[in-house]
Amino acid sequence: MPSSNGVPTEANGIEVSGLVREFKGGVRAVDEIDLQVRPGEIYGFLGPNGAGKSTTVHMLTTLLPPTAGSARVAGHDVVEDGAAVRDAIGAALQEAALDPNLTARDHMRLQGALHGMSKADRTRRGDELIERVGLSDAADRRVGGYSGGMKRRLDLALALLHGPRVLFLDEPTTGLDIQSRTALWDEVAHLSRDEGMTVFLTTQYLEEADQLADHLGIIDHGRIVAEGTPDALKAEVGRPTVEVVPADHAERDRAADLLRPFGELVPGTPQGAAVRLDHDGGERLADIIRTFDQADVKVANLELHEASLNDVFLTKTGRSLEGAQREAAEEGDTGEQPALEGAPA
Amino acid sequence: MEVATAAAPPLAVRRERPSIWTQAPELARRSIMRTLRQPAAVIPATTFPLMLLAINSVGLKSATSLPGFPTNSYVTFALAFAFIQAGVFAVIGTGQNLAEDNQGGFFNRLQLTPINPAALVAGQLAGTLVLGLFQAATYISVGLIAGAHIEAGFGGALVMVVLSIVICLAFGSIGLAIGMRVDAPEKVQSVFPLLFVFLFLSSMSLPRNLIQTDWFREIATYNPVSYMVEGLRSLLIAGWDGEALALGFGCALGILALGLTVASLGLKERMVRT
Repeated sequence: MPSSNGVPTEANGIEVSGLVREFKGGVRAVDEIDLQVRPGEIYGFLGPNGAGKSTTVHMLTTLLPPTAGSARVAGHDVVEDGAAVRDAIGAALQEAALDPNLTARDHMRLQGALHGMSKADRTRRGDELIERVGLSDAADRRVGGYSGGMKRRLDLALALLHGPRVLFLDEPTTGLDIQSRTALWDEVAHLSRDEGMTVFLTTQYLEEADQLADHLGIIDHGRIVAEGTPDALKAEVGRPTVEVVPADHAERDRAADLLRPFGELVPGTPQGAAVRLDHDGGERLADIIRTFDQADVKVANLELHEASLNDVFLTKTGRSLEGAQREAAEEGDTGEQPALEGAPA
Repeated sequence: MEVATAAAPPLAVRRERPSIWTQAPELARRSIMRTLRQPAAVIPATTFPLMLLAINSVGLKSATSLPGFPTNSYVTFALAFAFIQAGVFAVIGTGQNLAEDNQGGFFNRLQLTPINPAALVAGQLAGTLVLGLFQAATYISVGLIAGAHIEAGFGGALVMVVLSIVICLAFGSIGLAIGMRVDAPEKVQSVFPLLFVFLFLSSMSLPRNLIQTDWFREIATYNPVSYMVEGLRSLLIAGWDGEALALGFGCALGILALGLTVASLGLKERMVRT
C-alpha cells in the first residue's frame, strides 16, 4: 500500500506522522515528528544527546507506545500490529545489550530459538553472521571480555539473525575507536546498498551522518528541524568558503581585496583571507586561482571548505551540535526515556 | 578489525511460530549458564548458610538440654535452616539477574522477539533451581559429615532435596516479582535485611513450643517460614510426618504461586511493547 505521499511503505519503508511521546511530568521527548524512509535507504537521525532520537527508535520498534500520532514500519502500524513490526525489524539499541556471561554463539542460539528458527538454521546462520562481523576467533569467548567494538558487531549480527527487512541502529558507533567505527559503517552501507535493507540510524556524529545517510533528519528538543539529503541540507544553508594564504603574509590584505568580488569576506586564519562564495564552489575556484595568478600574488595555500552539517545544525537551531551536546550534559537533560519506560504520561 | 562484506547470507530465513517448548529450554539454559558462570554469586550463597550453621551448632548447643527439645544434636536441628537461608539468596540472585537485564537493556532485546512471557518466567527460574539442587546436596553432605542424622533415611534425604528446591523456587519467584519492578540490582539487594528479619522471626532457632516470649511465638506461628523449616526438620528428627511435610510443601507452593502471580503482573506492566 503506498502512503499518502506516494512513498511505498509496504515492503520495508517507514512512515511517521505527528508522532509524540510524553513522559511523566509532561516532558515531551518527541514532539509531533513526521518522516518518511524509503525502502532500501539509510536514514540518518542526527541530534545531540537528549534530542529524542532513542525515544523515537523505541516507538518505531514497538518498545514504547506513542502518546499520539502514528507510525508504520514495513507496512505495519506500530501500535495496532506490533508483532508484525517486530517480525520485520532488527534492532541494535543504544546499549549493546548482551549477557556478559554468554558467548557469541550462546547469544545466537538463544536469539534464534526465540525467533522460532530451527536448531540447524540458527547454528548455520549464527556461524555465518559471526564470521561476517569478524568474530569467529572470539565466538566461544564470553562477551564480558569483548571490546566495545566487538560487542557492537555482535549486536549487529544478532539484529540480522532472523533476516529483518528494516534495521534500527541506535548510536551504533558511540564510544568506538575510528577503526571499529569505519568497519561498522562499511557493513551498514553494504546492508543497504547490496542487500536492499532499510536502515534507520541515529547518531550524534556529523561525519557518520554525512558518510552514511541517504536522507537525514535533524532532531533537536524532540522536533525535526531539518530533513533532506546531506548535500541538499548543506546547500540549503551554506555556501562553500575559500581560504587563501599568500606566500608573503604581508599580502594578506591584498589577497582579501582579490577575493572580495567572489562573495562575502569571512574571518579566516591569521595568515590568510577567506570568502564565502556566492556561487557554486567548483566553478569559482578556477576563477580565484586565475585572479591571483594575474595579480601575481603567490599563494602558499588555498582551501575550499564545503558547508558542513554542523552549519546546518547551527542555522536551524542557533547553536552548534557540539554546543548542544555540552548544554545537554550541563543540564543533565536526557529527554530520553528512562530505563523503565512503562508508565505513559 | 576486519569485516568481511562479500559473502552476505541470504535475507530469507526460515522460521516457525515459536513455542514455549522451544523458548523456555533456551532461556533456562541461559539462566543456568549465567548462574554457573558467576562463582562470586554461587559460593557465598552456598557457604554463608554453612557458616551460620557452624556458629549456631557451637553457640546454641546447650539448647538441646532444654526440656522438650526434640533432639540431642543441634546440628541436626539447625541443618534445616540452611536450606531456608539458601532461599533468601535465591530471592537476591534471581531478582538481581532480572534487574541487570532491565538495566543493561537485555530485557529490551528479549522483548523484540516473539517471546512467550511464561517461557521468560520459567527460564529465569531455571538457574535458581539448579543452584537450589547444588545447595541442597551440599548441605545434606556437610550436615552428615558434621554429625547430623536423617531419621527418614535415604528416601527422606531425597524428599528434603525436593522440598528445598520448591522452597528455592518459591523464594526465587519473590525475587522475580521484585526484579520485574526495579531497574537496578542494588534495589533488590536492599530487601536482604528485611528478609533476614522475616526468617529469624520463625522457629529456626527453637521449636515453637519452647519459645517463651509470647509475641515472638505468635509471629513464628503465623510465619510460613516456620512451617517450611519444620517440614524439612521433621525428616531429620521425626522421620515421616505427613502433616509437617504437607504444611511445608503447602507453604512453599503457596508462596511460589503468589510470587509467580505478582511476577506475571509485573511482567505484564514491564512488557509495554505494543
